[in-house]
Amino acid sequence: MARFKVNGKDFQTDDDGEMPLLWAIRDRLKMTGTKFGCGVGQCGACTVIVEGVAVRSCVTPIAMVEGKAITTIEGLAPAETPTAVQAAWIAEQVPQCGYCQSGMIMAATVLLAEKPNPTDADIDAAMTNICRCGTYPRIRRAIHRAAGASASAQPMPASETGAGHE
Amino acid sequence: MSKLTRRIFLATGAVVGAGLAVGVGYLSSIDTEGLSPGEGHNGATKLNAWIEIRPDGIIRIAAPRAEMGQGIHTGLAMLIAEELEIELDPAKVIVEHPDELLPVYTNFVGGLRKRREEMSGPIDWTMKKVFGMIPFILTGGSSSIVDGYTPMRIAGATARTMLVEAAAAKWGVGADTCHAEKGTVVHAASGRKLTYGELAADAAKRAPPSNPKLKTQDEFKLIGTAQARVDVPAKTRGGAMFGIDTVVPDMVVATIVQCPVFQGAVKSVDDKAALAVKGVKKVVNLGNAVGVIGETYYHAKKGAAALVVEWDEKGHGAVSSATIAAEYQKALDTGEEHVSRNDGDTAAALKAGNVIEATYETPFLAHACMEPMNATAVYKDGAFEVWAPNQSPTVVRWAFEAVKKDMKDIKIHTTMMGGGFGRRADADVYRQVAALALAMPGVPVKLVWSREEDIQHDSYRPAALARMRAVLGADGKPVAFEFKNATQSAALSFSRRNIPFEMGGAADETSFEGAADMPYKVANVRVATRNIETTVPLGFWRSVGHSNTGFFIEGFVDELAAAAKADPMDYRRDLLAHNPRLLALADMLKEKSDWATKLEGTGRGRGVSIHTSFRTHVGEVAEVTVGADGKVKVDRVVCVVDCGQAINPDSIAAQMEGAVVFALSALAYGAITIDKGRTTQANFDTYDMVRIGQAPKVEVHIVPSRELPGGIGEPGTPPLFAAVANAIFAASGKRVRKLPLAGEGFKLG
Repeated sequence: MARFKVNGKDFQTDDDGEMPLLWAIRDRLKMTGTKFGCGVGQCGACTVIVEGVAVRSCVTPIAMVEGKAITTIEGLAPAETPTAVQAAWIAEQVPQCGYCQSGMIMAATVLLAEKPNPTDADIDAAMTNICRCGTYPRIRRAIHRAAGASASAQPMPASETGAGHE
Repeated sequence: MSKLTRRIFLATGAVVGAGLAVGVGYLSSIDTEGLSPGEGHNGATKLNAWIEIRPDGIIRIAAPRAEMGQGIHTGLAMLIAEELEIELDPAKVIVEHPDELLPVYTNFVGGLRKRREEMSGPIDWTMKKVFGMIPFILTGGSSSIVDGYTPMRIAGATARTMLVEAAAAKWGVGADTCHAEKGTVVHAASGRKLTYGELAADAAKRAPPSNPKLKTQDEFKLIGTAQARVDVPAKTRGGAMFGIDTVVPDMVVATIVQCPVFQGAVKSVDDKAALAVKGVKKVVNLGNAVGVIGETYYHAKKGAAALVVEWDEKGHGAVSSATIAAEYQKALDTGEEHVSRNDGDTAAALKAGNVIEATYETPFLAHACMEPMNATAVYKDGAFEVWAPNQSPTVVRWAFEAVKKDMKDIKIHTTMMGGGFGRRADADVYRQVAALALAMPGVPVKLVWSREEDIQHDSYRPAALARMRAVLGADGKPVAFEFKNATQSAALSFSRRNIPFEMGGAADETSFEGAADMPYKVANVRVATRNIETTVPLGFWRSVGHSNTGFFIEGFVDELAAAAKADPMDYRRDLLAHNPRLLALADMLKEKSDWATKLEGTGRGRGVSIHTSFRTHVGEVAEVTVGADGKVKVDRVVCVVDCGQAINPDSIAAQMEGAVVFALSALAYGAITIDKGRTTQANFDTYDMVRIGQAPKVEVHIVPSRELPGGIGEPGTPPLFAAVANAIFAASGKRVRKLPLAGEGFKLG
């Protein structure tokens, strides 16, 4: 059994302490924004924030988060007032299928809390999550935008394509 | 979908025969137009099969194509919104895949392999009715916009006309004195205005106009402009509901252990230990797999780990990459060919000159969608309700019918997909969840595969082996071009597993598409294919056969340019002089990629590749840096795309960017190898992916065009392979003829 807080609310389960946090969140709390991608901590789709640290919840037993406060994607902000990271994700039109983006946004949120103005190298080092749709160039732009460094980021490709009917 | 038209025609011959026996009247009754009004969902008024308006003015657009990241819900909604005169605001518009399997939702372009605008005459009419009767609903083949371009605009124009007429009747004025704008009808002379929500009920009582006038391309306001995607905001707050996110009251969760050896079966199951695991509810022997049902995925997985299963390998346990490679080599050297192109006398032309020859090779590839395979189903009172992240509800229905022939009914909710890439047209997970739901009647069962099962039981991109030979004339241009390949028919493997009839086989187009239609001008061209069969299950992988042929043809053409001591870009331009559209694309690519400038630094090189697939032309130039240690950094990819009329330029750019990264993962790491009859790789640690630091800068340029639109989801993939391989040659002098790079002494940096 374990007790912890998820997005400010107390949660308690009788499941054994080995149960990965991911399944407590998804299958017990029925909060589905945090995703299952690999189950072995490789892809980062399951990333949540445990007291300021980006954690891969698929390999984190609930016994390890006893008494701790966890933030999931649902806990970042209400829909009407997205965080700077979420707003940047919308502005850069980052998501394609969107499945990895909860984990990406959680990882980026922690990166920006630690390094408010990350370099490209910082981004490369911190953002080890996998995106199969290949949204990486836009993720990079969105992180710079969220950091307030949008002036140095590239513009949206659509604006430079001059596409469609003339 | 190779040969589908012909095969479906044969396979459904009996059905059609029955239909015709009843009379053409029966086929006539199958509605493939969908423009009649009716009752909508949740109190909304249905103006036609795609458009419903709620009293509060919220518009529901039924997009019968599944969203897997390609932006199709936005693209199809744009086609309707353009003519309906509404704003594409996520607060005012709901776009969803309809649950109903209506004939009008058929993918006619996918079925008839012909543009809607080109369909005419009694045969096309009959085939439309036949596919509508199935109904053949599919998201694949980069066909959604191609299929929807005209009918979706007609749907919007029809509804708009009815709304305008309803307002005019109410005001007692002529309809030609009113106009629609931003979800309202306006009578400018009197300043009166009514919203669509206020007009919908009256509009639905009117007959649809027979021939609504569509806007000219000059009049487009939305089409061709970058629009924010309707699904993006929810995807930034964990709110998009993928199949795996299905939550139904009293649901249980299952996972699966499949026979590791392809085409093997369960010999015996000892489930005592599994059932002893707390939270495990049931173990079900599915014949070639064992399902474990528990309270949560954790419990099901723990139960699965405790299973003791003895497998019957059915004699397939000795299949390996080595045995398969030997079969491929034998097929290339001997065996019966299917000749898909034969211009001039290639054999004679090859004898008359110095032959340049090269052999290229590609491996099996997994789709590895981020969302592992899953589906949820409940069986109650003889009927199923299903929640499925799928590319074809038609195939889903066939799967449930195959498991429960006498099922009374089925309702399929097509959810968002966490990637598809062709994988979710396969029905394996649906046959399994149907059987699990039958084992627990009345209880909703969510089946979730582990990542290991997902990688080890994919429907793989076929491996291929190609030998190309050419002779150059005195001017350096090829006078003879021979392409021979050994591969496997993805369509045959797919159809045997998933649908009630066979497709593909020896003449499967997906085995030679992109080669048979090679665009370069050569007098003597011969393309011949030998398809073999192995135990490895195959399917459609983003860009299908083009993912192989694009690499082969564009790699070899680069070798010919080198042999001719010609610039690789200008060599291609010379060979495309007869094709104004491709020549214009090559010219734009040359300019946008700064081809004429010299790359600074050591170990730098540029490579070009141009490939046409799914009615869209794409040229890519890759810039790489190759280190002495074989480390390859792809610095920049410039992509020029001619997809005809652009619908949402930002989605086009996103699909090109994404295709570059998707192909780069395959190029650098992608290899599914077989040992002891089973897949060697199991998770992302053994089937690796490009990460953000390895992704190149991608610049996308769209050729302005008024031609009918082409596909966008797949065509960015094929050119990337040879663009990078050719850049590596330019930088290092080493030809990459076998993928992935990891096996050729190169490492992606």
